[in-house]
Amino acid sequence: MIEVVSRQRCIECGLCVKVCPTNVFDRTETGLPVIARQEDCQTCFICEAYCPVDALYVSPFADMEQKVTEEELIAVGIIGSWRETVGWGRGRTRLAEIDETPFIDRILPRRS
Amino acid sequence: MLVQDELKLTADVLVIGGGPAGAWAAWSAASQGAKVVLADKGFLGSSGATAPGGTNLLYLPPDDKLRDEAVAQRMKEGGYLSEPDWIHRVLDQVYINLERVEAWGYPFRRDEDGVPMRDHLQGPEYMKLMRSAVSRAGVRILDQSPALELLADEHGVGGARGICRQKNRDWEVRAQSVVIATGGCAFLSKGLGCNVLTGEGLLMAAELGAELSGMEFSRQYAPSAAFGTVTRGRLLNWATYYDEDGNTLYSPGGPRPHDFLPTMLRKGPVYAMLNHADTEEKRRILRQSHAIFFVPYDRAGIDPFKERFPLTLRYEGTVRGTGGIRITGEDCATTVPGLYAAGDAATRERVTGAKSGGGAFNASWAICSGTWAGESAAKHALSMRSSADGRRLQGAGRAGMSHPSAAHGQGMDASGLIQSVQREVFPLDINYFRSEPVLQQSLERLNGLWPEVYAKVTGGSRERIKAREAAAMAATARWMYAAALTRRETRGMHTLLEYPDPNPEQQHRLTVSGIDHIQVYPEGRPPRQAGRGTMGACRNYGDLRNRSSEAVGAAAWIAAAAGEVEGS
Repeated sequence: MIEVVSRQRCIECGLCVKVCPTNVFDRTETGLPVIARQEDCQTCFICEAYCPVDALYVSPFADMEQKVTEEELIAVGIIGSWRETVGWGRGRTRLAEIDETPFIDRILPRRS
Repeated sequence: MLVQDELKLTADVLVIGGGPAGAWAAWSAASQGAKVVLADKGFLGSSGATAPGGTNLLYLPPDDKLRDEAVAQRMKEGGYLSEPDWIHRVLDQVYINLERVEAWGYPFRRDEDGVPMRDHLQGPEYMKLMRSAVSRAGVRILDQSPALELLADEHGVGGARGICRQKNRDWEVRAQSVVIATGGCAFLSKGLGCNVLTGEGLLMAAELGAELSGMEFSRQYAPSAAFGTVTRGRLLNWATYYDEDGNTLYSPGGPRPHDFLPTMLRKGPVYAMLNHADTEEKRRILRQSHAIFFVPYDRAGIDPFKERFPLTLRYEGTVRGTGGIRITGEDCATTVPGLYAAGDAATRERVTGAKSGGGAFNASWAICSGTWAGESAAKHALSMRSSADGRRLQGAGRAGMSHPSAAHGQGMDASGLIQSVQREVFPLDINYFRSEPVLQQSLERLNGLWPEVYAKVTGGSRERIKAREAAAMAATARWMYAAALTRRETRGMHTLLEYPDPNPEQQHRLTVSGIDHIQVYPEGRPPRQAGRGTMGACRNYGDLRNRSSEAVGAAAWIAAAAGEVEGS
């Protein structure tokens, strides 16, 4: 589930509020998004892909909270990692361009 | 509800749902010159089963031999409930549309000979592109705007109403044609991207008397990390499976036992490790394919190539099932004038038959049925002499709606109802290892829950949406099990312990109709004595159409469609 909206990084663009398929965020009066309905999060990671400044972190645990701090996430380099993989952001190669899916059956384990 | 603050729009075509099917339907309708509004519960671009991950596609180059073989194989795997012409139609149409997707800027890989490999799409990229295409076509997009009910009069559907949930404001769109592209129903099982898929489209269509088909083919579960949501199984082809003590249960190479994962998970925890990706190069290739697969493990600190990870199965409902709203012809129309269905909301049996062809068939079906439904919806609307503005339309929603005639007693406990429905459809022992007495008891419990959907709905936008979702899930579960108990055989993905083989006499599709009173019958052969329920409604409906000179109020027809009056 969504665990972190970084106050330091957020530029208050409101995109996460707009794109979340299950409407997890509320936009506060100041423009900062808050996690208003964490239990509605479906752990689909898509908000991270859209966040232009890597201010969001979705924990992989679907049914339980995970206490993490922004500092820890930065230290292990995991915040913003899904957007990097998708290849969104300036100067990056889109995942679609290097998609290996059409070729993976070439390396299937051999049948004995 | 603040009526004066309602958002009111008029269009030719209203598309409900903003996944691939809805996007293609909206684009296709707009390409015909229709004025189109698309309303999605979430956001066109991020919403639905496709956007977060990626999807394989049923796609073959125009090679007669290749295609004939694929069609023959599908006919066999689908228990001969699909139709060769329809599979060919999908292969033809999807080829055209994927060329278009490439022209719009999707960077398909090419093989060594320069042939584009158009059999996989990365979800975020694909759906972002579809949003641009739909916007460029001039479609008005209502994001975060779930539809709650259809509008109708004696002539058929005429639009829908819903909620702009971030503005706490109702919306009403009047349109001569409506395309339902709301996806299937996955019962909030947290499969990747699937929690927006709760079946309201099926319920809305059924409330107007539309029929469903193939609801018994809803027995698909997908593996994911036990703690996570990423329901992608293809990379498990590189996995060895283990039990809790580290004993090997299965290793690639040998024949995999029938019902392997469900059987093993019944006995205890099952773990996997992708140790057959045994070189750096192989690991890189897999990471650059279904990349979303790795996100949960990377974040949980598990190296899936070298460490065992726990697996579970998440129920996929009708999303990876093959059933949905019955379509009556190549235009993806339903039995209700003006109402069309596309994508996972529609039955996919004509193409997939009785067994899910995995995501590939559904993804190609979404593209094609969306294109066809959008085009025919536009033609239907543009053939009308006037707009839907002048029609005397009424909301057709009943179950899970605070309708004065329906509300009684204490408030509806939507969360409680959802959990009760999940207890019937999630367990492998009920829904995977299907047997007649167990399914029968489950259906009786579901029928016992059903009156709760008519309780009063109190609260704001969120509560109103949730109540409708709860009602739709309860309805879908009942349709699934009613159909499953009627199909007394094993065919495609449907099994019954008591009938382990296909029965040639049941080689036909099953139509399901009705809401309070459900009827199941072979397609095209409705029971002669139509009692209470939608068959009665359809008969009424036909009568109403024939007696067009007679002023028949919309309320009477809608009540008939909801199964509240006897067939005339």
